[in-house]
Amino acid sequence: MTARLSAITLNTFREAIRDRILYNLVLFVLFLLASAPLFSQISIGLEKQMLVNVGLSSISLFGVIIAIFIGIGLVSKEIEKKTLYTILSRPVRRWEFIAGKYFGLLLTLAVNAALMTVGFYGALLIFIHGLKRADAMLLVAVYFILLQFMMMVALTLLFSTFSSPIFSAIFAFALFVIGTFGEDLKNFAAISQGAMKWLAMATAYIVPNFASLNVISRVVHEQNVGGNLIIFNTLYALLYSVAITAAAVLIFERRNLK
Amino acid sequence: MHAIEIEDLSKDYAVGFWKKRLRPALKPLNLNVEAGETFGFLGPNGAGKTTTLKLLMGIIFPTSGSAKILGKDCLDPEVKQKIGFLPEQPYFYDYLSAPELLDYYGRLSGMSATERKERIVKLLDRVGLSDVGSKHLRKFSKGMLQRVGIAQAIIHDPQVVFLDEPMSGLDPVGRYEVRELIQALKDEGKTIFFSTHILSDAEALCDRVAVIHKGELRGVGVVNDFRSSIAEQTEVIWLSAGALAAVTNLLTDTHVTGDTVRGTVKSADLDRLLEKLRQQGARLISVTPIHRTLEDYFMSKTREETKETVSL
Amino acid sequence: MNTRGKVTVICSVLLAVLFAGSIMLRQQVEKVRGTQATLEDTLYLPSSKTLRRMSLGYSSLLGDIYWTRAVQYFGDRHLRGARNYELLYPLLDITTDLDPHLIVSYETGSIFLSQRSPEGAGQPDKAVTLVEKGIRENPEYWRLYFTLGFIHYMDRHDFKAAQQAFEKGSEIHGALPWMKVMAARMAEKGDDPGTATYLWKTIYDTTADKSIKESAAKHLISLRADLDMDELEKRAQAYHERFKAFPETWQDLVRAGLLRGIPIDPNGTPYKLGPAGTVQAEDPKQFPYLERHVAK
Repeated sequence: MTARLSAITLNTFREAIRDRILYNLVLFVLFLLASAPLFSQISIGLEKQMLVNVGLSSISLFGVIIAIFIGIGLVSKEIEKKTLYTILSRPVRRWEFIAGKYFGLLLTLAVNAALMTVGFYGALLIFIHGLKRADAMLLVAVYFILLQFMMMVALTLLFSTFSSPIFSAIFAFALFVIGTFGEDLKNFAAISQGAMKWLAMATAYIVPNFASLNVISRVVHEQNVGGNLIIFNTLYALLYSVAITAAAVLIFERRNLK
Repeated sequence: MHAIEIEDLSKDYAVGFWKKRLRPALKPLNLNVEAGETFGFLGPNGAGKTTTLKLLMGIIFPTSGSAKILGKDCLDPEVKQKIGFLPEQPYFYDYLSAPELLDYYGRLSGMSATERKERIVKLLDRVGLSDVGSKHLRKFSKGMLQRVGIAQAIIHDPQVVFLDEPMSGLDPVGRYEVRELIQALKDEGKTIFFSTHILSDAEALCDRVAVIHKGELRGVGVVNDFRSSIAEQTEVIWLSAGALAAVTNLLTDTHVTGDTVRGTVKSADLDRLLEKLRQQGARLISVTPIHRTLEDYFMSKTREETKETVSL
Repeated sequence: MNTRGKVTVICSVLLAVLFAGSIMLRQQVEKVRGTQATLEDTLYLPSSKTLRRMSLGYSSLLGDIYWTRAVQYFGDRHLRGARNYELLYPLLDITTDLDPHLIVSYETGSIFLSQRSPEGAGQPDKAVTLVEKGIRENPEYWRLYFTLGFIHYMDRHDFKAAQQAFEKGSEIHGALPWMKVMAARMAEKGDDPGTATYLWKTIYDTTADKSIKESAAKHLISLRADLDMDELEKRAQAYHERFKAFPETWQDLVRAGLLRGIPIDPNGTPYKLGPAGTVQAEDPKQFPYLERHVAK
């Protein structure tokens, strides 16, 4: 089982690499380098804040975009192109296929984020001349971004098992936006009545809670992120991702391919 | 234990806007294939050949019935270790090279690293792709892809090999080579189940054939019967229709045109017929042994009406 | 059970259990963060101009979101008995920058701002700034002048400014005639409890917000109680004039023909007759807005 799982994971990773997805890193670096000198023009004394803001937000945004673009095709592309035929004729269990695809994309995003973080620290060194202990907190922000990726990949994978790429992309993007405003959805539920209230509450709990995984503003102002928060968020992301992936397996197990 | 045992296997598709109507892609199929046999699965396009193979591979799920391969349910992942599959017009990950693809598939089929290393080189040589190096599959021609397909079907040395239209897209040289390859597999004692609509290939390679048409099995025949040099029946043509009355009971088939009679007689009864005709004074025009070809068999089976004839 | 059956069972269980678990954990996360953490985070943003640009044309949607956040911020703190609401004005400012035509945020938000703490933020001057912004952006909406006048009268006790507000509002096309009436009352009887009663009644009838409605109701019964007690003290004085002594119980006044029965407050509890003819409410906590008859 592990041999098959790791084979599928690594092959999915290989596919992403050969798809020239890592070129986005070049864009990222260029973007950072180009915008950094602008920061000092905009606001004196706020250079570091802006750099951290832009850097972390880009890592998050680029990653989510890649998660969506590759995620929506993880299963649907293989069904469409019939490459699954020669996979399913082998001792590969359908759930192993889903799990392998999940880990493969997650690995891709993690590597991507790691490289970006290195570049980001590099930019910090260059433009801000030196790091402080507090900058270790930035890694917590990146970790939370990775937790977001965990959930996004599970969701796009789920959509990929039953929906066409276009709809999957729309749903995934919508969920990302709604998830970011998760807290506001609950606020809205609190002030509404009746059916609307239940609908808003239900939606607020089903969509991923990206709002609490976004600690970018906090680390920008060099505030601490509590250990409790880290643990609870990790568990939350973990349970959510596995649950959604289980749903993906359920659907794929039953699916008659083309 | 049969190598392949198919029992009442059927597949219906829900069609129409509301998915209410059922279109039977495969009517309940009963078929057995013995170990070591090369079995041809013949039928025109859209007959249900690929549907059957997809059911056997677990790519689609049956509406009813089941199938066993080497004694185990065909959906059992364990048994997949021992089978190989070449789909029709196969698609592979085009960003991989041939050795990478085979290595990947080998891993998925449970081969060890050393096994893979050994067999990949030998196999690529065997299918005539020894000089592709690290070229990505994206750049392969149809014929080259077909060869890769065969390679991946046998890399893990399976006992039963399933081929869907293995000759499609190949030029005459390619087809010859694939035929040789299948023959070699046959000589190794593997069970081969292949679907095709090219009768000459089936005739050359198969031990038995099944004819399928419009989702229904029409007949199963032994190929040797069609190759037999001893004709089962003989066609006799003579002048003088008057002689007909005396020999009618010997004939299995008769056509009369003017004074010429064309009759078919079982080869065992030939001598008696000729003797009787001589006695009647009929003038013989020709005596021709009839070799029933596979083609005839095929055509007859596909033209037959089914038991449930649809009325217009 | 074959492989597929096993996988189905395991995955269904995983799905149900883990999803439920994730919801519980999510609640934990939110507890740790605090319900308005996003809010506090967002106030670090440079300015609403930047925010507006960033919202890519969806600024009124974002305005709505900020309005809901403002309401939650206020309601949450109010429930917990907070005494200051320092983020309220910045929130309302951002909201109205994003959507200058979100009338409810001016009308309701300014009342949250102007009311005395802990009912409100106790910042009537900021409330005035907010409403004036609303008037600038929505000059044809005359009811904002009512709000403005109300704030000047109630919380800033500036009768002249209140009168001007009602006056200007009454001149706008579509304004109801009582705006002119209000302007007149401001000029003549600024101090009159009847004016206050009228204003609060109008707020009670027209507001969209539940908490403001409740506040208006409380103001109204306090006004009623104050007026009652004014009258009762007058009767006690009349008694003193007649009998050269203050009444000890309500029965004294009834026997003297000055009262018909035991006087009760708007909640049905009898008033308390104190020494020297003073009158107070039995339970002053029920009338938080008493102006005159409060214990020292």
